[in-house]
Amino acid sequence: MSFFLGVVSSGVATGAAFALVATGFVVIHRVTRVVNFAQGVFSVVAGMLCAALLTLGLPHFLAEVVAILAAIAAGFGVGLVAIGRRGTPPLASLIITLGVGVLSYAVVILLWGDGPVSFSMLQGQVDVGGVTMLWQYVLIVAATAVTFGALMLFFNLTYVGKALTACYSNPHAARLVGIDVRRMGLLAFAIGGGLGGLAGVLLTPLQPVEFDSDVSIAINGFAAAIFGGLLRPGTALVGGLVLGVAEALVSGYSRYASLQSGVALVLILGIMVYQAGRRPEGAE
Amino acid sequence: MILEVRELVVRYGQATALDGVSLEVGEGEMVALVGPNGAGKTTLLNTISGLIRPASGSIRTAGRVVQVPEGRQLFGDMTVEDNLRLGAWRVRDRNLSHIYELFPPLSEMRRRRAYTLSGGEQQMVAVGRALMGGPQLLAVDELSLGLAPLVVQNLAEHVVRLNRESGMAVLLVEQNARLALDICARAYVLEAGRLAMAGQSAELRRSPAVQAAYLGGAVGEGEAVRAPATSPRTAGGGEGGGTAP
Repeated sequence: MSFFLGVVSSGVATGAAFALVATGFVVIHRVTRVVNFAQGVFSVVAGMLCAALLTLGLPHFLAEVVAILAAIAAGFGVGLVAIGRRGTPPLASLIITLGVGVLSYAVVILLWGDGPVSFSMLQGQVDVGGVTMLWQYVLIVAATAVTFGALMLFFNLTYVGKALTACYSNPHAARLVGIDVRRMGLLAFAIGGGLGGLAGVLLTPLQPVEFDSDVSIAINGFAAAIFGGLLRPGTALVGGLVLGVAEALVSGYSRYASLQSGVALVLILGIMVYQAGRRPEGAE
Repeated sequence: MILEVRELVVRYGQATALDGVSLEVGEGEMVALVGPNGAGKTTLLNTISGLIRPASGSIRTAGRVVQVPEGRQLFGDMTVEDNLRLGAWRVRDRNLSHIYELFPPLSEMRRRRAYTLSGGEQQMVAVGRALMGGPQLLAVDELSLGLAPLVVQNLAEHVVRLNRESGMAVLLVEQNARLALDICARAYVLEAGRLAMAGQSAELRRSPAVQAAYLGGAVGEGEAVRAPATSPRTAGGGEGGGTAP
């Protein structure tokens, strides 16, 4: 029983981080209709940079904050390349983000080498209702909860948040009332970068990152995101948690731990087939 | 002049949508722009609104121009209040009370999502949202489209009142030429991207060409909002897709 709960708690923690990545996909897709395949890059960059800063002697927290800020900048930069030119169709932007993802390998290898990188996690564990959880897990869950709360407030209560929603709801009308849809798209990319970066600094102590870890991070995030059709952050959170727990169970109980990464792919396939069958043609 | 359009040319690729159109609207004036489907009316409005870049010609505005787009184009899954508030994006004065005074029913629907409203109510939101932008010129694209005659009459009365009371100029794009000529003092007739006629509404109403093409033959008094039998709307097919450039 305690083994089971331990597996579930680790699944919840990684799932929460997937949900952050997923929300990055969702926020960017909602505003710009672009599926940002460079989404995993933000986590890699933040994880790598955070490790490097810690090696340089920066204290924890400060290193994480700087790494997340760098991921926000990276998000903005990817946005500039992907949607900076007026009238770029979303499909072209998608291909651009794929290209940026590949290009990032070169940059990451040049800066930090091609080996796996990690750093120490929050030490110790805590007893939560009979389940022993690593502090790092608690940290991930708490950070995710706070982030989701902040996002909800931002999108539902602030004027800029509503303008972002308006860009998704009706881009033509948004332009008519004077909202600069392109600028809102860049803001969305920056938010997406920050979310990916946060996931990166939280996950790296658990799963070391390499230059090409962005693929598995993005696949997990994407699988969680399409739970809500790439449009609903709340559903992405549920999706992330389900996925995280499912993967933890597979790796915890099967003889082939590497099957873990297949879970997300199976899930993506299943959801896409289901939604393709359910949706009338031409619908969003 | 609040709006001065000179020799405007707009092209979509090889096709010429507007071919040397000149038009002006004076302060506090109500001007109609009529013409069949596909004549370029919406293109003209979108160019004035800055959504489309003209190939040549000039647009001079003295004051803010805000558009009420064809098909209303609300933020459907957002509340009425959010729709109205977002209309003030440029001006940052987000006080909604004057809109609720103008359209009292909207005040009761402020928490409802825009897509749950009837067509007429949605058009009120669309007009209200545009008014939140503090326009000196309100450019209305197809006020009457898809609405019942009584609803259209009510909305038209509101627009006329706004014009009279606050001196806001109005450029009214309408396929319902009878309505447009009734409430606007001057009118332009746009056909295939060119100005076919321009002048006082009273004169245009008497012109045989206008009567034949837009007023369904003889002029009937007091039938301002009935769609003319020869309305190009029925001949022109779908309205969809006409708004996005």
